[in-house]
Amino acid sequence: MKPGPFTYHDPTELADAVALIGAHENARALAGGQSLVPMMNFRYAMPDHLIDLNGVSGLSFIDCGERIRLGAMTRQRDVEFSSDLQHAVPILREALLNVGHRQTRNRGTIGGSICNLDPSAEMPAIMLLHDAELTAQSTRGVRKIPMNKFALGFMTTSLEPDELLTEISFARWGKGHGYGFHEYARRHGDFAICSAGVLIEADSRGEVARIAIVVGGLGATPVRLSAFEAAAKGHRLADELIAEAAAAASRMDALSDAHFSADYRRHLAGVLTRRAMKSAFERIGVAAYV
Amino acid sequence: MSVNGRTYERDVEPRMLLVDFLRQDLDLTGTHAGCEHGVCGACTVLVNGRSLRSCLMFAVQANGASVETIEGLANADGSLSILQECFHDHHGLQCGFCTPGMLMTLTEHLRENATPDEQELRVVLTGNLCRCTGYQAIVEAGLDAARRMRAKKEAAE
Repeated sequence: MKPGPFTYHDPTELADAVALIGAHENARALAGGQSLVPMMNFRYAMPDHLIDLNGVSGLSFIDCGERIRLGAMTRQRDVEFSSDLQHAVPILREALLNVGHRQTRNRGTIGGSICNLDPSAEMPAIMLLHDAELTAQSTRGVRKIPMNKFALGFMTTSLEPDELLTEISFARWGKGHGYGFHEYARRHGDFAICSAGVLIEADSRGEVARIAIVVGGLGATPVRLSAFEAAAKGHRLADELIAEAAAAASRMDALSDAHFSADYRRHLAGVLTRRAMKSAFERIGVAAYV
Repeated sequence: MSVNGRTYERDVEPRMLLVDFLRQDLDLTGTHAGCEHGVCGACTVLVNGRSLRSCLMFAVQANGASVETIEGLANADGSLSILQECFHDHHGLQCGFCTPGMLMTLTEHLRENATPDEQELRVVLTGNLCRCTGYQAIVEAGLDAARRMRAKKEAAE
């Protein structure tokens, strides 16, 4: 057997799951298991207690109301095939199709991906793009955490050891907003080297009413181009704006590792931001020539 | 759990992976353990109709579930299913290591999509690695299987 020994808990109620994770040392919550179980197979992760959330009721739901609400245990597959979500948040599916493969999305969850917080993972980037709010629960109570305070560092979230992520929610963007998500990975479905996501709302004059840009894979966590976003407001949707966004992305701080240099990541950030901007323009109905 | 329609009851250690349970406890060695960390897709089985990697699920998590493996694909009389026949006809395998996973992935997809196109099958098969065929013959087998399944359904109607 590959994983080390552990005590298995399979609660059916959230209160029990929260009590279990609060009561045990070296306990891990098991969501879809598409990252944690490989880590356990390698014995990089050796929890003494595994608290399986798959049987806990009430953690898997998609609510497309005033705010979009997703249960933490909602399968990536269910998000992929939700026509309500496709209508309300089309960028979500566009990004999700880069998350692993059919077999892993059948099992993998939205909350699991966010909590795993791989630097180039798509779901944390999309949640940062939407200024999502995460709901965490422990025996001490319920806590709301904005996504930019959730992602602390390399695969490190602000969840306390006794907390469980239960829900992700964010405001939807206006009808007819532009969106685009592009990434570069060596093989489709692999973790990306770099990714970029763009949301744009245009006003009646064809100017930027609101814009959000996220880049993943540059550093330990995804980053927003906040300074550019603020400066771009009121600018015309023209090719120059795409070029400026790409330039801003390629000026961000980036980390080097054994595989890819910081320069290469910045280069990709620029290219992918340009492509994502272009997609967003086209979806608003503005032709782009860059 | 039920595997290919037959009910099995076993006590297992929680850390027993589903793939190891199928192979070691149930002697269903058709499901192959490849990379054992969720990359290669050789261990793909269906649980409650959904394809997944059996090396990334603990056997205890399939308690009460309905599991389908490569052993359950052939017809009751032992003859090959349409999909299996198509893999044979199109040389959709060489060494055969990835084949169980390929077949299970395509089984799920063809149940839900009777008229797949080539691009769609190529995307669906990105989760299954093959080092022999270059995928071309596998994609052709999948497309042909869809055609033959449609023809069979029409003939029955």
